Amino acid sequence: MLADKDRIFTNVYGFQDWGLKAAQKRGDWDNTKDLIGKGQDAIIEEIKASGLRGRGGAGFPTGLKWSFMPKESKDGRPSFLVINADESEPGSCKDREIIRHDPHKLIEGALVAGFAMRARAAYIYIRGEYIREAETLQKAIDEAYAAGLIGKNASKSGYDFDVFMHRGAGAYICGEETAMIESLEGKKGQPRLKPPFPAGAGLYGCPTTVNNVESIAVVPTILRRGGSWFAGFGNEGNHGTKLFQISGHVEKPCVVEEEMSIPFRELIEKHCGGIRGGWDNLLAVIPGGSSVPLVPAKDIIDAPMDFDGLKAVGSGLGTAAVIVMDKSTDIVRAISRLSYFYKHESCGQCTPCREGTGWMWRMMERLRTGDAAIEEIDMLQQVTKQVEGHTICALGDAAAWPIQGLIKHFRPELERRIHEHNAQFAEAAE
Amino acid sequence: MANRHLAHDTPELRARWGSFAWTEENKAKADYHIAKYPPGRQKSAVMPLLDLAQRQVGAETDTQGWLPLPVMEYIADYLDMPVIRVVEVATFYFMYNLVPVGKFHVQVCGTTPCMLRGSDDIIAACKKRGMAKGEVSEDGLWTLTEVECMGNCATAPMVQINDGNYEDLTVERLDAVLDALAAGKEPKEGTQEPGRHTSEPSGGPTTLKDMVDANHDYRKEW
Repeated sequence: MLADKDRIFTNVYGFQDWGLKAAQKRGDWDNTKDLIGKGQDAIIEEIKASGLRGRGGAGFPTGLKWSFMPKESKDGRPSFLVINADESEPGSCKDREIIRHDPHKLIEGALVAGFAMRARAAYIYIRGEYIREAETLQKAIDEAYAAGLIGKNASKSGYDFDVFMHRGAGAYICGEETAMIESLEGKKGQPRLKPPFPAGAGLYGCPTTVNNVESIAVVPTILRRGGSWFAGFGNEGNHGTKLFQISGHVEKPCVVEEEMSIPFRELIEKHCGGIRGGWDNLLAVIPGGSSVPLVPAKDIIDAPMDFDGLKAVGSGLGTAAVIVMDKSTDIVRAISRLSYFYKHESCGQCTPCREGTGWMWRMMERLRTGDAAIEEIDMLQQVTKQVEGHTICALGDAAAWPIQGLIKHFRPELERRIHEHNAQFAEAAE
Repeated sequence: MANRHLAHDTPELRARWGSFAWTEENKAKADYHIAKYPPGRQKSAVMPLLDLAQRQVGAETDTQGWLPLPVMEYIADYLDMPVIRVVEVATFYFMYNLVPVGKFHVQVCGTTPCMLRGSDDIIAACKKRGMAKGEVSEDGLWTLTEVECMGNCATAPMVQINDGNYEDLTVERLDAVLDALAAGKEPKEGTQEPGRHTSEPSGGPTTLKDMVDANHDYRKEW
C-alpha cells in the first residue's frame, strides 16, 4: 500500500482547513519561485520523466502535451491554459475533493504549468453543479492573489499570470476540450472539428492546452520530489499515484489516493471493506467511469488498475471511477441508465450521436424487459458500430462502448429475458 | 438537450419582466465577471450573467428563479450580442430554468452510481411527499428534477437542493432534510451518515489518519 508520506493530496478528506495558511503548512506554495526558476524546458522535461499521463480519461502524456505549445508568439497572440474541472463522468468524484479540500495545489499547479507552457492566464472551468466547490475555489484564488502568489510578478518570479474561474451550467459535453473552449467563449458547448488542435488555435483562436484538475494539481509535488519519485510508482508506462473513486456495491465507497497499477482486489479489500456480500457476489465492474465497457468479475479481480492493465481486459482506466456491481444488480438496467445519460447529454451536433443515442436507449429499455427479438441484439450491436467513430467528439464512442461491453459479456442474459418475455406473451395468446 | 422550450412570450410576461434590470449589487457582480475575459470578449460572460439573472429572478419571486425571455434580452443587450445567441446558451445548459420552479429545487441524481445505491427509493420518497417531476407543488415550495450524475458517487445516493448537496441518503435521512427545509431551518449539508466526514470510507479513513486531528506535514518523512 502507498505510504502516507507519498500521497499528494494529504487533505483529500477535508479534515483540515483548505485555506492558504493551512495549505502552506502542508507544503503548498513553498518557494514556488524556485520551481519556476527551473525554466520552462526543465519543467516539461521533469514532467515527461515522471511518466504523468493525463488524469481526465484519455491518458495522454502530460509533458508531451505541454511541449506542443508554441515557444514564442510570432503574431502577438497570447497562450492560455484551460483547466478541466467539468467533472461529470458518472462515477467520477475526485476533482471535487481536490477543489474543495486542497484548492491551493490546483492553483499553484496552474501557475507552474501555465509558466511551463508560456500561458498568459489559466481559466478553470468548473461544472455548474459544484456550487459550494466553486465558492471555495474562488476564495482560494482570491487568497492567492492577495498574497501575491498569482497575478503580476506571481510568487516574485517575475512572471505575470492570472487565474480565473468560469462556472459551467450543466452540460456533460463541456468536459470535451473543444466544447469547453466553445463554452468559455460564451456559446453552446458543441465540440469543434480537429484540426486545428487547441495548441494551435484554441480559446479565442489562441494556443491553448486543456488539462484535467488532477493532472495540474500533482505538478508542484512532482517538481519538488522529482520526476523519478513519481515514476517509481506503478507499472511501466502507467506511473504515479492516482485518486481512485469507488462507488456502487462495496461495503464502504470512498475516494482514495493509491499507487497506479494496484490490483483491483487489493484496492477494494484495503479501502472499501470488500464487496457487498463477499467476492462471490461480485457481478461486474465498470472500472473507469461510465464511458468504458464493463468487465465481468472473473476478469477484473486480479487486474492491475492502470491504463494498460484495464485495456488488456477490454476496458480502460478512464478517470479511475470504479463502479462496482454485485449480483443483485439489474445489469441491463444499469447500462440502459447510462444510455439514457448519453441521450440526455448528446449536444445534438452530429446526426449519428443525436439520433443514435436516443435509438440505443429505447432499444436498451426494450431489452431490459425482454420486449424484443433475438436478432435485435445484433442489430443494436451494429448500430453502436455505426455511431462509434462517426462523430466529431468521443461522446458517440462513449455511448456505444457500455452497450458493446454488455452484449459481449451478458448476451445470454439478454437472450434469457427475451425468451422469458416471449414465452409469457405466447401463453397469454393461447 | 431534449425537451427544453421557452415559456410563451405573452403580454403578461412582458409586463412582469420587461423592466428587468440588475440590482446595484448584481451589476457589480456582472461587471466583475465580464472583466475576467479579454477586452472585446465580453460575451464569454453570458453564462455567469444568466446564472446571476436567474438568481435575481429567484430573489424577487422567492423561488430558485428562472429565465423569462425579456431577461435574456436584457443580458443580450448588456453584452452587446444577438438575443438568439443568449437563447441558444440558455436552452443548451440544463441548469438554466426555462420555466418557474419552486422555492426548493430538489434535484435527485438518478444516474447509475446513485441508482446502485438506492436513488429509486429517494425519487419515490419525493413523489410520496407530493412532488412531481418538472412541476411546482401547490404550495409553491417544491420542484422535483431527476438530474444526471452530480459527481458525489462515493457518497451516493444524493440530492442537490438549491445550492447544497445532501449525500449518503436513506429515505429517513431525506425526509429529515426536507422537513427541516420546510420548517425554515438549514440542515447540515454534505453526508448525512452519522460519523462520516466526507468521502473517506465510512467508519474512518484507511489512509492519512494523522490528518484527522492535526494539520500534519508529511514533508519531514520524505
